[in-house]
Amino acid sequence: MTGRPEEHDEPARPVDPPRIPPPRVSVEDGGLPLPAPAEPDTFRGGALVLPHDVLKALLGAWALAACSPEEAAAVEEHLGGCGGCADEARRLREAVGLLHPAESLDLDPALRTRVLTGCLELRPPSIPVPEWAAPYDAESARLDALLQDIGDAEWHAPVRLRWFEDDAPTSRRTTVAGVIAHLLTVDGLVAAALGLEDPLGEAAAKASGPQARTESFWRASTFPPTRAVRPHWREQTHQLVRAVSFTGADGEPPVSYGDFALPLRDAMLDRAFECWVHAEDIADAVDYPYDPPAPRHLHRMIDLAARMLPAVLAARRQAGLAAPAASRHLVTAGAPGRSLRLEIEGSGGGEWLIPLDAPGAVGSADHEVAHVALDGVEFCRLAAGHVVPAEAAAGQAGDREAITELLQATASLSRL
Amino acid sequence: MAKKDAPLRWDRRMHQRLVRGEAAALGELYDRFASLVHGLAHRVLGDERAADGITREVFAHAWAHPDTYDPQQGTLRSWIAALTHRLAVQRLRATEKAALTRHGEGSTEELERKVRRASVAARADYIVHSMPTPLRAALELAYFQRRDYRQTAHDLGVTEDEARRRLRLGLQLLSTAHDTGTPPPEYGGAV
Repeated sequence: MTGRPEEHDEPARPVDPPRIPPPRVSVEDGGLPLPAPAEPDTFRGGALVLPHDVLKALLGAWALAACSPEEAAAVEEHLGGCGGCADEARRLREAVGLLHPAESLDLDPALRTRVLTGCLELRPPSIPVPEWAAPYDAESARLDALLQDIGDAEWHAPVRLRWFEDDAPTSRRTTVAGVIAHLLTVDGLVAAALGLEDPLGEAAAKASGPQARTESFWRASTFPPTRAVRPHWREQTHQLVRAVSFTGADGEPPVSYGDFALPLRDAMLDRAFECWVHAEDIADAVDYPYDPPAPRHLHRMIDLAARMLPAVLAARRQAGLAAPAASRHLVTAGAPGRSLRLEIEGSGGGEWLIPLDAPGAVGSADHEVAHVALDGVEFCRLAAGHVVPAEAAAGQAGDREAITELLQATASLSRL
Repeated sequence: MAKKDAPLRWDRRMHQRLVRGEAAALGELYDRFASLVHGLAHRVLGDERAADGITREVFAHAWAHPDTYDPQQGTLRSWIAALTHRLAVQRLRATEKAALTRHGEGSTEELERKVRRASVAARADYIVHSMPTPLRAALELAYFQRRDYRQTAHDLGVTEDEARRRLRLGLQLLSTAHDTGTPPPEYGGAV
């Protein structure tokens, strides 16, 4: 479907000589012929007479077949007698042949890892990105590649964020842009801990946890977030990866999430996990495929959850959400305690012995009371609050109560 | 002013960070230029895997020899593009030559014509992506959306004179893709 004027000639203009639109050639065809200049004597009456300067100024539009048939005819007549314009016309017409529709360049996200790994083998870095920050680096790059591909309208596609609160599924409606704003503000917790600029600015003082910060950011603007949020988010992800590269192991500040804190390296893993989870939310909303993280990154994320579980179990017990410790004896820190074997299947999986009765206890095979087997991605969906504990596809053996508590505790790791 | 200087400052800083051996800088370099590199390489070689290979080579070179970039000589972007161009054209010539010796079909002249055509096409892509946005927007409307220059003027909210000027100037810039002798603006010398 074209809207070119010369193709819409109305029958009311029989005086015009028939004009064949110049071919739109692609570079592969090459050897672009110029249309023969129209014979001057075919013009009677209606021919346009335009001064040299005007005709010259029209050459670009003419080469693109983007002027009126009368103007095109006037240009072509002029070319027969003006060497300078004819040369330029030929050049510009050839240039048109070089215009290509932009290819959709879906770079394979895995190429990034391959290229960077190759580079770093060739020349080992003097300031490496810490291994524990690699999942965040990779996940933010993957999400950015997804965002690169989506259109303006899709930034406003509705997304339902889901998590567990008080052991019940909760959700919140936002948009694709709103999700990126959420990631920006919560990543800002790490930025603040590292002494970087807090994206929340002054409002940060009043909003401490992830949820309060997100709500504050969403509220602060009269208009819903747009795709304009992407460069801010991306810039901050780059700054975080850079900043953690310069943090020595002993100089890692803890990152406060309001009612709890995580060591920097765990906070970066947590942010990598959230980045993936929300990238999946976005991919679902705009109907794009999205793969799980690389196995070694997935493994670290699962490991973080497994390490957080004993403290979460204890806190739930204190809050009366879980049965009291079943040990008949006090478990001292560092001593082996009643344990659950968490077996994560699939790439990135592994086995973890989770001490059940005290966060300081050591998981012990001799005190194993239950065994749960789950697929890695399924476990992460549970930890993200996207799967109800009772419906998680888990193979189970042993103490039912311990298993239920563990699955509940895993779901309670999720938050907005 | 500040706006104009910002990319240069980014270039200088990036250059220092690469020289210093900061792995995070390499990631940022990739994130900024990978699609440019892959796109140009693909235009020259017409093959996904070959373009992946050139992407690897370009970043490996930039990372291993950041000192070969001189910020005084042009932007990092143009340096990366010129490097990509050189490596991709080299590879195209090598694969074509190998095919020529193996099958004995075609001629050296044909080979050179093919290499030159691919080279011009890649340079044209680069020129289009690097030209000032107003020019690119005008070409985009007139060529891809098939709007005439009056509609283009209307769409862009400019006079018809200005629309004609932009179309002509945009094509003039683009036509420099054929000049192998004089590198197009911002492309650096290594073509």
